[in-house]
Amino acid sequence: MSTLHGSADAAGELLAREVHFAFARRPVLCGVTFRVGPGEVVSLLGANGSGKTTLLRLLLGLLQPASGEVTLNGKPLRRYPRRELAQRLAYVPQTHTTPFPYTVRDVVLLGRLPCTGLTHSPSRHDCAVVVDILARLGIGALAERRYSEISGGERQLTLIARALAQGARTLVLDEPVTGLDYGNQLRFLEHLRALAGAGYAIVKATHHPEHALMASTRVLLLHGGRIIDDGPPQQVVTPEAIARLYRVRVRAFSAPEARATAFYPADDTRLD
Amino acid sequence: MRLRTAIAAGRWPLLGLLLVVAVAAALAVGRYPLPVRDIARFALAGLHLIELPAEQWDLLYNVIVQIRLPRVLTAVLVGAALATSGTAYQAVFRNPLVSPELMGVLAGSAFGAALGILVSHHWAVTQALAFAMGVVAVAFGVSVARLAGGASVVMLVLGGVISGTLFTALLAVVSFVADPYQKLPAIEYWLMGNLSLTDLRTIGWTALPMGAGVLVLASLGPALDALAMGDDEARSLGVPVTAVRYGVIAIATLISALTVSLAGVVGWVGLIVPHVARLMVGPGNRRLLPASALIGALFLLLTDSISRSWYNVEIPIGILTALLGVPAFLIVLHRARKAWL
Repeated sequence: MSTLHGSADAAGELLAREVHFAFARRPVLCGVTFRVGPGEVVSLLGANGSGKTTLLRLLLGLLQPASGEVTLNGKPLRRYPRRELAQRLAYVPQTHTTPFPYTVRDVVLLGRLPCTGLTHSPSRHDCAVVVDILARLGIGALAERRYSEISGGERQLTLIARALAQGARTLVLDEPVTGLDYGNQLRFLEHLRALAGAGYAIVKATHHPEHALMASTRVLLLHGGRIIDDGPPQQVVTPEAIARLYRVRVRAFSAPEARATAFYPADDTRLD
Repeated sequence: MRLRTAIAAGRWPLLGLLLVVAVAAALAVGRYPLPVRDIARFALAGLHLIELPAEQWDLLYNVIVQIRLPRVLTAVLVGAALATSGTAYQAVFRNPLVSPELMGVLAGSAFGAALGILVSHHWAVTQALAFAMGVVAVAFGVSVARLAGGASVVMLVLGGVISGTLFTALLAVVSFVADPYQKLPAIEYWLMGNLSLTDLRTIGWTALPMGAGVLVLASLGPALDALAMGDDEARSLGVPVTAVRYGVIAIATLISALTVSLAGVVGWVGLIVPHVARLMVGPGNRRLLPASALIGALFLLLTDSISRSWYNVEIPIGILTALLGVPAFLIVLHRARKAWL
């Protein structure tokens, strides 16, 4: 895999090894193992309650596994100092609003926090980094707009910008296109592909099998707290897999020469 | 983008200058009005730069230093402390409608003060109990939250509501058993807030922790901005969320309880001033917290000057902050509403 930074330290490989987790003795994840490396976009597909959100929080070090471990560049997450981890691993949440009228620039500047420290003002360099990132994502003109007043697509790009401002090479996204219109969804997925092309390692949870097909290098299927498949999108995301995950019957329409697949509900979507 | 930053930065010296002018003006107004020129001459004489006749010096010393300075300093301290606590609370609880009362500190302090008035004739006992019970009330609220499941915003608010209710009920018990001719009026008077209860010595030793508390809160600005985004996001930005949240609650509680020791219950400052400050310098806590401190001090000085000069009888400060606070809040609400939705 190619990286912009040559050193192994900057690689950004995130690895979950035999991760078990339970809430109040109810097992949520059982022996989850997978790897995300630089240049990859790994999509996590699973029904509501399959453990997707829990897995993302474990990958971010917000929860500790009951057994097994999550490592970044070979070192367990819990052994990283908090701020150092934040400079390598970033969380991109679903779009939200803030109760205070922060500007887009304010929100992205927060990404510099792990670098500058909890009590320090951002420096001229931090501001320059932010301006540069906003320009790269094509939202430079929004810098002084209020974060809560821009569109959902613009907000999602702002959150990506914040993650990049952290300097992180590994991004964890929670259902990033939820609430975006069709055009913004496609444009956003294009941004993710470009970031992976630039050497970022990306994991995203998604509700859309078609998005997993379109914008991933690999797809994981999470079912009942276990990973039941892990491979290239075209192999993994099939009508059979969808039937197993979501308990609905769909038909696939493929155009192999265009490398595109669409799913369409079967006449009777019920499974027996 | 530079423009807004420049304007926001330019407001700093302006606010500081305004505060100095307001202090001078507050020293001048009252039942015995003094020209600002006399105050300036008194200050210069105090620095041994000019000479004043002895009897004029004594008169000015009595009015300025013994009568007005304690309450002017009290107004500055109490205003700054309540406004800073309010701003920090709003960030920590991610809610612009929150004030330092949320965790029950004022209810606890009011109970403590009432208890002190009931059992003792010494102000020192009342002040000490006001402070102690404010701290106890918040500790109780936080413990309830922890028993119920942790440091989340919802649990803490719930704990605060329970604690506030408990201590308000305890206050009612004290009021009910208090002698209605001697003690009850004193309790009621305390609950309305009063800036004239202190002397310079008390102000001296409370100024240090209050000033330090305001500075520590102000230094946490960037961490509070991250907290306003949500717990998971703040953690993934490297912020120790639980420590910051408990730390801010502890500091805000200490300085709010001290304000009750100094001046009784002064409501509304901690709710309104943060909004006024946000309209002036934006929501970034690095600027907002110091601006809140300055505007809080200004607001209470102004209110106190009105309370001393409007009418023959001094109007209790807590009544005026509420009366002035309601229209101020309506104006702010009108302008800030869009940002909250």
